[in-house]
Amino acid sequence: MKALLNWLDDRTGVRDFVHEALFERIPGGARWRYVWGSTLVFAFAVQAITGISLWMCYSPSTQTAWESVYFIQNQMQGGWLLRGLHHFMAHAMVVLMALHLMQVVIDGAYRAPREVNFWLGLLLMQIVLGLSLTGYLLPWDQKGYWATRVATNLLSVVPVVGPQLQQLVVGGSDYGHHTLTRFFALHAGLLPGLLVFFLALHVALFRRHGICHKQPAKGPDAMFWPDQVLKDAVACLAVMIVVLVLVAQPVNLFLSEHRWPIETSHLGAELGAPADPSNQYSAARPEWYFLFLFQFLKLFEGGGEQGELLGAIVIPGLIMLSLFLLPFLGRWNLGHRFNVGLILILFAGIALLTGAALNEDYRKLWTDPSKFAQLPEIIDEVGTDDQKIAAHFQNDKAKIDKFQEDLIAFEKYKKSKDYLEAVEQAETEAQRVTILASTETRIPVSGAITLLRNDPKTQGPKLFAARCASCHTYAEPAATQGDAQPAKEPAAPNLFGFASRAWLKSFLDPKHIAGPNYFGNTSHRDGEMVGFVNETLKDWPAEEIQNAVMALSAEALLKRQANEDQKDLSRIEAGRKLIADAERCVQCHKFHDAGETGSAPDLTGYGSREWLVGMISNPRHQRFYGDNNDGMPAFAEHPGDSPENMLATHAIGLLVDWLRGEWYEPPDGDTQIEIASE
Amino acid sequence: MSKPSQSSTRSGPAAAPPTPRRRFLTQAGALVFGGIVCLVPTLSGLAVLLDPLRRRSKAGKFIRVATLDSLPDDGLPRQFPVIAEHVDAWNRSLEPIGAVYLRRNPGELRAHCLTATCPHLGCFVNYDDESNTFKCPCHNSMFQVDGEMIEPSPSPRAMDTLECKIENEEVLVRFQNFYTGKTDKVAKG
Repeated sequence: MKALLNWLDDRTGVRDFVHEALFERIPGGARWRYVWGSTLVFAFAVQAITGISLWMCYSPSTQTAWESVYFIQNQMQGGWLLRGLHHFMAHAMVVLMALHLMQVVIDGAYRAPREVNFWLGLLLMQIVLGLSLTGYLLPWDQKGYWATRVATNLLSVVPVVGPQLQQLVVGGSDYGHHTLTRFFALHAGLLPGLLVFFLALHVALFRRHGICHKQPAKGPDAMFWPDQVLKDAVACLAVMIVVLVLVAQPVNLFLSEHRWPIETSHLGAELGAPADPSNQYSAARPEWYFLFLFQFLKLFEGGGEQGELLGAIVIPGLIMLSLFLLPFLGRWNLGHRFNVGLILILFAGIALLTGAALNEDYRKLWTDPSKFAQLPEIIDEVGTDDQKIAAHFQNDKAKIDKFQEDLIAFEKYKKSKDYLEAVEQAETEAQRVTILASTETRIPVSGAITLLRNDPKTQGPKLFAARCASCHTYAEPAATQGDAQPAKEPAAPNLFGFASRAWLKSFLDPKHIAGPNYFGNTSHRDGEMVGFVNETLKDWPAEEIQNAVMALSAEALLKRQANEDQKDLSRIEAGRKLIADAERCVQCHKFHDAGETGSAPDLTGYGSREWLVGMISNPRHQRFYGDNNDGMPAFAEHPGDSPENMLATHAIGLLVDWLRGEWYEPPDGDTQIEIASE
Repeated sequence: MSKPSQSSTRSGPAAAPPTPRRRFLTQAGALVFGGIVCLVPTLSGLAVLLDPLRRRSKAGKFIRVATLDSLPDDGLPRQFPVIAEHVDAWNRSLEPIGAVYLRRNPGELRAHCLTATCPHLGCFVNYDDESNTFKCPCHNSMFQVDGEMIEPSPSPRAMDTLECKIENEEVLVRFQNFYTGKTDKVAKG
């Protein structure tokens, strides 16, 4: 062994090298305050190790980036841990960098002869921030996609070359495959390469100058090994423990309903729903350490392009420049104090702006909504007319000011509420897509985004809100009582549970048919059906009505009701006879072979998928309401996917599936898919 | 900041050397703690790197490859793609997973199937109709029409046969991949 070492040392001088690396003299002994630089090197080493492992599983393209990250996170052994370490160590690195910078400035380590090393440090900081920015996009989830878009869009305000610069960074005129390949090359190649290069210089210069030791010395000199190494190692251990706690997400686990078995999607770094340029994302925010820039830019709202340039590029650039000047400022008599003051003010400013950004987003959590209870009424009454406002408060200045103040607070409250709802919606979609991706059929080659786009549970409520909710409601009848009344009277029936037994039973109830949940606000209020329910049906035995309800509901073939439909076959048969009785329903309606269409909707297959698609496509058709149709538009009047149609067949299908409650739900328990691969 | 910029680090003993026991404890502590923090990322990286070892091939099902019509009983091999449900990490899709040569001898109602992968090092073997032999374009392995080796050959074994059967006028093949370069035919698991 010794001979081998001698041989090697003879040819490489390895002993000298190790000696030099380890036996650096620390004047005044090892101290905790010297650990920050080492923890940063350690953090970078962790990023390199975890990063290379992630690299082996990551696939940068718009159809595979999210998918490969999903696979790492949820299907590969230890993937969530690896990704969590990489993610949270990046956060830790930013914090450690801030501490290191503060330490260096407070201890005056930027002064001669260490100016160049100070500049190298600032350069390294830029590189690390660049790594954070590029890494945020790589999972190609909604969060990273929209936040990074904002960042790259800001590039276009750079004078003269802005648009070209942006196009170069994005790899085209818009986000796509080449945005990912570029960001990935920057994140895993160029930036780490630069980092290693400048880090080597940084450490070499640090060794050349020796540690900038704190006066007065606490004790006798010591050596880097093992005294300072021990302290450094303990500090790194502390960093690692903090990161591991963040990875384990104890808060999430505690809040989660399904605590066991722990799903990997709840551990480590978050993965949002796949990026979708067509899906609004109101929860877009940069990572917390860039929030101050985000908030700072808001100060320039209304400043137009010049304002953006100032807030996003010029002022942050000048501040960065002033950091580079610290060594020169430090030469002045009071220069060091000035510098320390500057850095403290800078950090205080960052803290304040970050706090303000968080306050804007989360203020709903600590605002009592009851103090706005009266506001909507007053706003409805007075609007924004100053005179009316004055009249309302009898010209009481104090009251008017209070009202204006409340109004602003209310606006902020609503904004925060919208933001938090958007975050919740984003989390719902993220969970949903994970469920859909974990099925046996896995993710289609076209990408996970198609899973969400074809998911009735996700798209149904959106389509309903956009196309149906201006007339219809969709709410559990019990929920509409009490204070959750819809703001305005619905003009058409409540479609919650359409064609289910409960829905039909209430429909055939004189108490409800002319109410707001059914025909109350439609022209059918005075139609024959309401008359029939009020006058004729009340004489039917309850049992017969229930049989008819069961029979009609069975026409819908609702999957949710399949068990009941199976159980009540004989009653359904009795009900069918009632409906088809020439004296009853088929007087107006058609039902299978009995009755005629033309005067009232066909009850054959009532509420079935095919029936609903037809109804939404064209309610004016003879099969449905014909000339009695009350204002419901025909959403797909023309055959096929004609561009003249208001809704594509695919969208109507999604809407119908959602109304019928038909979408994929995982079997209880394990969502992990079987491990099989070629 | 009166410290000279160039400090010689190797000369000059540390003042008041610590006791050997204390020194040992410091060294051990530094090694242990340093080791632990480096192990965490390394092990998590290793776990993910070794993940492919958990994945198993799902071979063994008969796959429809051709209709009987497309395979005349003239004793000549014909090439067909094997299209099957293929699981590739996060995707599952129907796509070509390989190719086979099918052959039916005159008057026979059974088919012979050879995989198109060369047992030497996995190149795609061509059928040369002039010489009525299989030729590998990479290292010039040659095989007879029934897959037997033509010596001398770089290939360690004959072409790999696959189980096949005829059902309802269709040819079905149990497609599998085998390790190459070995004398024995061993299926990939």
